[in-house]
Amino acid sequence: MASRDIVIEPSVTVEHTDRGPLAPDELAALIAGDIPAGSYVNLGIGQPTRVADHLDPASGIVLHTENGMLGMGPAALGDQVDPDLTNAGKIPVTELPGAAYFHHADSFAMMRGGHLDVCVLGAYQVSVTGDLANWHTGEPDDIPAVGGAMDLAIGARSVYVMMTLFTRNGAPKLVQACTYPLTAAGCVTRLYTDLAVLDVTPRGVVARQTFGATVAELRARLGVAVGTS
Amino acid sequence: MAEIVATPLDAVAGIADGATVMIGGFGDAGQPVALIDALIDSGASGLVVVNNNAGSGEHGLARLIAAGRVRRIICSFPRQTDSWHFDEKYRAGEIELELVPQGNLAERIRAAGAGIGAFYTPTGFGTLLAEGKETREIDGRHYVLEYPLRADFALIRADVADERGNLRYRKTARNFGPIMAPAATTTVVEVSRIVPVGGLDPENVVTPGIYVDRIVAVGPAGGAPARSAGERRTRGERP
Repeated sequence: MASRDIVIEPSVTVEHTDRGPLAPDELAALIAGDIPAGSYVNLGIGQPTRVADHLDPASGIVLHTENGMLGMGPAALGDQVDPDLTNAGKIPVTELPGAAYFHHADSFAMMRGGHLDVCVLGAYQVSVTGDLANWHTGEPDDIPAVGGAMDLAIGARSVYVMMTLFTRNGAPKLVQACTYPLTAAGCVTRLYTDLAVLDVTPRGVVARQTFGATVAELRARLGVAVGTS
Repeated sequence: MAEIVATPLDAVAGIADGATVMIGGFGDAGQPVALIDALIDSGASGLVVVNNNAGSGEHGLARLIAAGRVRRIICSFPRQTDSWHFDEKYRAGEIELELVPQGNLAERIRAAGAGIGAFYTPTGFGTLLAEGKETREIDGRHYVLEYPLRADFALIRADVADERGNLRYRKTARNFGPIMAPAATTTVVEVSRIVPVGGLDPENVVTPGIYVDRIVAVGPAGGAPARSAGERRTRGERP
């Protein structure tokens, strides 16, 4: 596969070097602000769930949960907890006015049929061509669990990934080619990370914003296609 | 015609060793715990179970697995923080796992009940979970051929049934019930309550009684109470 650089487009790229990397809630708020008003959105389990806390109620954004609901509200607390009303992570949630319930085949038809505007997923790795790996580490002791990740990845019109750009050990999670088993090929639209927001495009990975680092520094740390473009 | 039976044990009568059993529910929501408890009491073993998950905690499906009754599980998401009974059996090589992407699982179940011979789906193309399967390019997009998933029995939970077996569900506990009911030779439903014919508004019937064989009233959902987000956070986890 031809290697690709992280591309700087002067009209697009903003390097925020006067601050540190984004904290998880800052990242969630950034994503929430970028989701167009009126969108139908699925937030994956784990970190992406945080995005819900930052959505503007006036935006008209409707949350889909794959276990069978549109119009999901915030997490249920105290007396609100109802064992028959949970999200995809099995956490009790609430319903908002205008909510709808449906069975599993309908819920996944919404994904596969291209009806969801945006999904936000976590990832182990994303490749420079938008391949996503987020369900299985392939380790002998790992119990594989895919859930709805493959359906969301191929179905949603825009697939946003929310992750740190590097693992705790410093290994890049944006890579030339994924070494973990794929969830879907070429599906990622945009990467939201603590250090940069990056678009996956036919021209390469375009840096939109960086936080606490320059594009040049990130290229060097990532080792993604240094010296080519 | 749907038959109203007196006890959960009557409801699961005839489930033989080695049967394929669909069990409704997504986590605890919609899980037919009374029917699963009766299945354990019935003694059936060597079962092939179809469920979204692989049980959690100490009740319901987790208990069935812990009792060593499940030979093989077909599911999409077996890995949870409290799925220790499945984890233990899986790592000991005592249970087989067929992992299916969740939408393919749902559509395979739906296809079985709808008389579809097979279908092409984009989900899973180019991944480990489509290895060895037929593929086809249609209008520039790649698809994988998937086959229907049938069962000898479906055990599901609904909120209200009428005496004809028409069903209404409650909130996200609906999940797999409406697609599993048509996909099994014998469909068994536990409900909170049974109302006379005419007691359900026909406009609000979700599963028509034609798909239902046995109904048993067991009262409100009896599984372990769901944990609230606050309770989870105190355990050091994020929701």
